[in-house]
Amino acid sequence: MALLPDDKVKIRVEELSFFYGKTQALKSNNLEIADRRITALIGPSGCGKSTHIRTYNRMFELYPGQRATGRIRMDGLDVLDRGSVDGITLRSRVGMVFQKPTPFPMSIWDNVAFGLKLKGCTGTELEQGVTQALQEAALWDEVKDRLRASGLSLSGGQQQRLCIARALAVRPEVLLLDEPASALDPIATARIEELIRGMRGSLTVVLVTHNMQQAARVSDYTAFFYMGELVEHGPTDQLFTFPRERRTEEYITGKFG
Amino acid sequence: MSTLHTDRDYESDLRKLREQLLLMAGRVEEMIGESVRALVDRDAALARKTIDSDHKVNRAELAVDEQCLLILVKRHPMASDLRFVTRALKMVTDLERIGDLAVNICERAIDLAPLPLLKPYEDIPRMSDVVQSMVRDAIDAFVSSDSDKAEEIMQRDDEVDELYHQVFREILALMIQDPRVVECGVHLQSVAKYLERIGDHATNLAEQVIFMVRAKDVRHAGKLGG
Repeated sequence: MALLPDDKVKIRVEELSFFYGKTQALKSNNLEIADRRITALIGPSGCGKSTHIRTYNRMFELYPGQRATGRIRMDGLDVLDRGSVDGITLRSRVGMVFQKPTPFPMSIWDNVAFGLKLKGCTGTELEQGVTQALQEAALWDEVKDRLRASGLSLSGGQQQRLCIARALAVRPEVLLLDEPASALDPIATARIEELIRGMRGSLTVVLVTHNMQQAARVSDYTAFFYMGELVEHGPTDQLFTFPRERRTEEYITGKFG
Repeated sequence: MSTLHTDRDYESDLRKLREQLLLMAGRVEEMIGESVRALVDRDAALARKTIDSDHKVNRAELAVDEQCLLILVKRHPMASDLRFVTRALKMVTDLERIGDLAVNICERAIDLAPLPLLKPYEDIPRMSDVVQSMVRDAIDAFVSSDSDKAEEIMQRDDEVDELYHQVFREILALMIQDPRVVECGVHLQSVAKYLERIGDHATNLAEQVIFMVRAKDVRHAGKLGG
């Protein structure tokens, strides 16, 4: 059942299944990711939500024995088709930030410049790209006087915003966020959430989170996964006040297990 | 929903809220009956006793409010739980107002007790029966999540409104005929108005039940303009 008209869809997932060796982790997922909106994926541990987003930029192909079937159409092109979409290009279009901050062991400036340099940016263009990304990640004011300091010298929340700046620097179309705030305190979390909300309108964001209040606060659409199945997908306000599916109701009201 | 919350404390928090509301609603329904009985029987003592008992309803209102806030802050309820807790917060206000209106009826009963009887009581006890049944059924519908029953309650409010207009016109005619009965007539018209207002509050309760069950807001249907 289509939730969105075609011109509002950035990614259309069709019959996506995923296997870790012989173990099936995703079962025929069909999902639409709204263009330049924020979609949250929720569900209990092991439900497949992280596995699901790792297919959008073919992160899994870096690991042996992992296999995806089905189609993931981004602007019409199937990103699972290696022949038509190259992995490096794909991953610059679809950025990703993980639960634990993963700054490279280099300076703050070099962390953000890394992807831009790979794309061949130099001089003023590079300078501007780094500055803009740090500003967009709401980190600029805190680090502008110590851009040469190690990225690892920053606090956890700052490191996470540095990783977001690094991802934004290469101007991705889609940003995947896998539990980006779960290791942070409430203040650092609030800043990340504010940042995510600010991306609405310019970037397609897919946010995996265990925190249902976070999904409710930040996202436009929410999808609930359970045991590798996509159970329900709908407008966030509706899903958290009046879910259609009994399993969603039971999960979000805490009636599982 | 038959399934219980994994967190048993949460389950018992919600159960406690449900019980508090039920108790409060039961008390309010009794107050309506007592107030009209005090009126019909010219029993000023019963009227005073009922007025004195209103503090129990007020205390129950505060307790329900507090329980709702505790659940919101501790549990961040979602979906049906969220609808239940937020509806409880609104319903408690209607219940408390119904209690106040029963007190107003008692006050009029005290005023009327020494005055001569204008006419035998017929329509006012009928109105009272209907609004009491509306309050009782609204709470039953709330407890059993029965939105069909709640819809039926909303229809009963039309009957109350009709009775009110009938009582109003009848007493108005008596007052025009004989100005000596004006004091008595005005008090009785007030009582009818209080009962009509109780019907409105019971309708609000029913609307909340429908929202809780169907997540569909039926308030001000087609009357919001714009």
